[in-house]
Amino acid sequence: MKTLLEVSGVTVSFDGFRAINNLSFQIGSAEMRAVIGPNGAGKTTFMDIVTGKTKPDEGHILWGDKSISLIGMSEARIAQAGIGRKFQKPTVFEDQTVQENLLLALRKDRSPLSVLLYRPNRRDLDRVTELAQQIGLPDQLLRAAGELSHGQKQWLEIGMLLAQDPQLLLVDEPAAGMTLAEREKTTTILAQAAKTRAVVVVEHDMEFVRRLDCKVTVLHEGAVLAEGSLDHVTKNQDVIDVYLGR
Amino acid sequence: MERSFIARNPSVLVFLALLAAFTLGVTALSEGFGIGVVSTSFVKTLGKTLCLCLVAVAMDLIWGYAGILSLGHFAFFGLGGYMIGMWLMYERTRQIVMGSLSEGVLPPTPEEIQAAIGNQIFGVVGSSDFPVIWAFADSLFVQLVLVVAVPGILALVFGWLAFRSRVTGVYLSILTQAMTLGLALYLFQNASGLRGNNGLSGLQNLPGVQAPQAVVSIWFLWASALALGLGYLLVAWIVSGKFGSVIRGIRDNEARVRFLGYGVERYKLLIFTVTACIAGIAGALYYPQAGIINPAEVAPIASIYLAVWVAIGGRGKIYGAVIGTAFVSLVSSWFTGGQAPDVSLGFYTIKWVDWWLIVLGFSFVLVTLFAPGGISGLVELMQRRRRKGDAG
Amino acid sequence: MKSLILAAMMLVLSTLAAAAQTGPVQAALQAQRSLIEESSRRTIGPAIDALGASDLQQMQMVLETWRAKDMWQRKSDGFFFAAQKTADGTYRLTDFDTGDPIGDFDKTALTQLKPNSGVRAMIATALVRFQLTSPDIAKRTEALDSIARDPEAGLLAPLRASIEGETDAFLLTRKQRLERLMTIAFDELPAERVAAINGMAGDLGVDFRATLNPVLATTIRVIDADVEPTGNLSSVLAPGSAALSESDAYEILVQAELAEPLTNADERDAILEANIIAGRVGSFPVAQLSSETARNAAYDVLVKDGAAPARVGAESIAGTLANYTFAEIFVEPSKDVTDAASAALAQTETRVVASQTLDLGLDALSLASIYFLAAIGLAITFGVMGVINMAHGEFIMMGAYTGYVVQQFVSNHTASILIAVPLAFAVTFAAGVALERLVIRWLYHRPLETLLATFGVSIALQQLAKNIFGTQARPLTAPGWLDGAWVINDVVAISYIRIAIFVLALLFLGLFLFIMKRTRLGLETRAVTQNPAMAASMGINPDRVNMLTFGLGSGIAGIAGVAIGLFAKVTSEMGSDYIVQSFMTVVVGGVGNIWGTLAGATMIGGFQKGVEWLNPSNTLAAQTYMIIFIIIFIQFRPRGIIALRGRAAGD
Repeated sequence: MKTLLEVSGVTVSFDGFRAINNLSFQIGSAEMRAVIGPNGAGKTTFMDIVTGKTKPDEGHILWGDKSISLIGMSEARIAQAGIGRKFQKPTVFEDQTVQENLLLALRKDRSPLSVLLYRPNRRDLDRVTELAQQIGLPDQLLRAAGELSHGQKQWLEIGMLLAQDPQLLLVDEPAAGMTLAEREKTTTILAQAAKTRAVVVVEHDMEFVRRLDCKVTVLHEGAVLAEGSLDHVTKNQDVIDVYLGR
Repeated sequence: MERSFIARNPSVLVFLALLAAFTLGVTALSEGFGIGVVSTSFVKTLGKTLCLCLVAVAMDLIWGYAGILSLGHFAFFGLGGYMIGMWLMYERTRQIVMGSLSEGVLPPTPEEIQAAIGNQIFGVVGSSDFPVIWAFADSLFVQLVLVVAVPGILALVFGWLAFRSRVTGVYLSILTQAMTLGLALYLFQNASGLRGNNGLSGLQNLPGVQAPQAVVSIWFLWASALALGLGYLLVAWIVSGKFGSVIRGIRDNEARVRFLGYGVERYKLLIFTVTACIAGIAGALYYPQAGIINPAEVAPIASIYLAVWVAIGGRGKIYGAVIGTAFVSLVSSWFTGGQAPDVSLGFYTIKWVDWWLIVLGFSFVLVTLFAPGGISGLVELMQRRRRKGDAG
Repeated sequence: MKSLILAAMMLVLSTLAAAAQTGPVQAALQAQRSLIEESSRRTIGPAIDALGASDLQQMQMVLETWRAKDMWQRKSDGFFFAAQKTADGTYRLTDFDTGDPIGDFDKTALTQLKPNSGVRAMIATALVRFQLTSPDIAKRTEALDSIARDPEAGLLAPLRASIEGETDAFLLTRKQRLERLMTIAFDELPAERVAAINGMAGDLGVDFRATLNPVLATTIRVIDADVEPTGNLSSVLAPGSAALSESDAYEILVQAELAEPLTNADERDAILEANIIAGRVGSFPVAQLSSETARNAAYDVLVKDGAAPARVGAESIAGTLANYTFAEIFVEPSKDVTDAASAALAQTETRVVASQTLDLGLDALSLASIYFLAAIGLAITFGVMGVINMAHGEFIMMGAYTGYVVQQFVSNHTASILIAVPLAFAVTFAAGVALERLVIRWLYHRPLETLLATFGVSIALQQLAKNIFGTQARPLTAPGWLDGAWVINDVVAISYIRIAIFVLALLFLGLFLFIMKRTRLGLETRAVTQNPAMAASMGINPDRVNMLTFGLGSGIAGIAGVAIGLFAKVTSEMGSDYIVQSFMTVVVGGVGNIWGTLAGATMIGGFQKGVEWLNPSNTLAAQTYMIIFIIIFIQFRPRGIIALRGRAAGD
């Protein structure tokens, strides 16, 4: 399997505190990966680094077939290169309709001028409808996103991610605050996505991770503690120590 | 399929129709072209109000839609006024000077003419030399280009620096205010080349035009109405499509838009610059009607009033900006113009000239606290109630 | 005691009797009689010198009387007396030697000596010698002041003579310094002058520079280009250089009648106008004379016809100038003296620049203190709480007006300031709490709305102040002990009020640190700002803490207002003068860090003073440049000088 994203030896510190410490991480082009770890393990900072929000002090981040370095690229450029990110808190544009939200995310030329002159055509609208179906919101297209339920917002955000058509999805706690049924649906959506692209899910909830049924990376104090199947890592003594306390 | 822009936004058509009706109505009642019920000075006030509405529309685009509270758009407005004022003042002075010089025995040389104009214009600041920035003051075309270009370039440079370093929110507001203050202080100097605190005056006299002010005022009313109509149309078009979607997204969650792959800074810069250009045009139409421009016009407080008008009208609604501006600026000029009757409380007489600002200040606080949607917010609320009432 | 006085009187009487007619004073006067009678400024010198050089005690009295035009001559014998008009119109003469009246005389028997002002000045100079050694210290001081004000060569010798007997240490130093300065200016021996100059080189005194400047005075002498300049040459000036422009050089030639004056455009035009015949000047139609070239051409035709004097155009200047050398010659002939003076002045100037730099530094420091004072309240409300309060400037104004009102009731300035400070704190604390309760607390986490609402408050408060106190500036007078300045040398001085503000700024810094780090309120404030929910769950009432913290920040603004009002005008607009700068100070320094605010204030104050120093005539420009500087600065440190990093800084 080809490597899509390669993070090696990355270190970041804030005022002397090492949030990420010599972290290395790889993922292939059509793979689902769960990243778990206790609070403060550096999961969110890890995502910040990959998406360009935080600049690492050291290390390399290489992307794609051509192994482009992502360090120094702006968030927007990284997103255009094919990395989509979903935040922990659902962040959709609440006063815009579901359709507008999805159109906004649709993979298109992002330069201001072409956006100014853009008018949605039949194909784009069909694609939006198709996405809405995929995330279970086909009837909600013209509703304001702010009126959706919490779970629906989460799905809409995942839908927006898919609309971007990224090669890598970074998903931060997608199941937080969802009902059981909603979780199952979320799992399905993510599993479906992982067939054609790489998906990294950061999650607290072990039950949900088990449901994803994928390789697991355990972070602790900004570094990789263990990697492998969920069963494998849960038997690892270090992981047990970290989670249960020494 | 998507319907046409106007069809999707019927309110634009309504607004344009109302604006045309208003302009025609005023013309019919004016001294210059109509029955003379509306005085020329009031026609000028109305024309100026239309220009203020135009800059307010620009303000609404940048603040109401893109979420950038700029406290510098009146600086761009003033710059536009200065640019056209330079030509008006130069050309008019030139004609006067030519008139007086041609009485001499010898025909005047270009040097004499230039020196005499310089003396007329810059005598008040103790100079008679033309500053470099007046190099093109004799060309109406160049100064018209500068009306758009100077505010545009200032906005481009300032915006590029500010947005690039990710200054947002209140920090950006304060920075734009600092920019305005810096510009005002610069213009206050005699060495600014724009006559220091004397400013440019006599702008109501169009060079080479013999028509009386009653007629000229109507021309400017029409020009202002046309500019407002076009500006409204442009802004409505910009915000109606995906571009509007993006900038509203930037307003609500900048980081999210960035992670969707949009170069947020470029969008902001574009909006900032375009609105600055619109403000420049509005200023260029305003000051010939006001007759004078001086650095006090550019002072930070003016830009704050602009924000006040838009907020009271209701931001995020273009017609709200127009309503708020027209309402507040007309009421303000009524109260501060000394026309409002004093209120006698027996022990104290409330003079509106002194008390209006206090009322305005506190009513602004009240609007922010209790009606964040402003006037247009209240209108929408009533509409929604009525619709609910109809449904029920 | 009594017998002693008696003996003295006896002695006086006996001398009196002995010198009834020709005492030594009268004798001295008679010796100069003809010169005194002539009383001409040109010839009187020796007479005055002789009288002034006399050892006689009475001579001072004689000279004073003469100068006051009270010295009369008796026609009968030509003797001189002091005369005083009596009630019956006669003159009572007093003998100079004895000091006794010798009788009343009619005006016809007398001649009044009326020295003219030139002579009187010479008498005054002669008197200085007496005054310099007068037992009365006030007289000595007065004499010294008069010499310092108007030094002249003749006073050098009496001054030198008076140094030895000077008893007062302070006057002695002054006399010695003055003697050195006058040696530089007037001594006849160049070597003495060089020694004096070298001895004082580097001195910062204005008097020293004022003495050196005339020594280094020059005149520009025009000489033929092929002749070597003579005299004490300072430099040869090249026309067109910064020291001597071409037109100035040409003007000098015209003054020296070495060149023809340029033909003035007005004169040329007048001659052209005078020669218009049938709409033409020569062959040129008048309508074509609308350019300089055409007019010159027409004029040149007139010149050819002999109808006008030759035209000297600007183009001939360079050629004429090439024929001459412009030599800058020292008025002072001695090269040794001018060399020493130049060197000494250069040395002094170096020290002056150093001192000015120090002065500028102190100025910048006090400006920084003012900005810091104005901003420290904001450092609490904006920096710590994150509340943007545009009415902060109006709180400063309220503090200042509180001080003004207190002074209307308490006339003692020290007491009034002592009352005003806590009162201003109380007033603005209350205003701050009211603002927080009524407006700000409904708008937490909506910073733009807070900004606008507080703008509304700011507009209203400003107008309210205008309605109450009027538009003119109100005085807030500092206590007397804050008047004056701490003078370090002739260049560096810092007023006590600025020192007081600096001290106050330090006090506030200490107070801020104490409150934030050592008190319960500070702890709770930090807790509430960092995590309100968590703080609330630990029993802290966030409402109360926010209210108190905001009140504290506002109260400090009030005290700052009193301080600022002491040296700036108290007007309704004073707040808006400081608000933008204050925010800039906090932002540039780094939000949420008091040391950052301090650094921001120092940087902004220093930068502004630096620009003012480069362009002293224009403080408005300094502010413009400062704002540009801040905008550029933010490019490099978007989070300020002292930036919080990481997740705590938020986005």
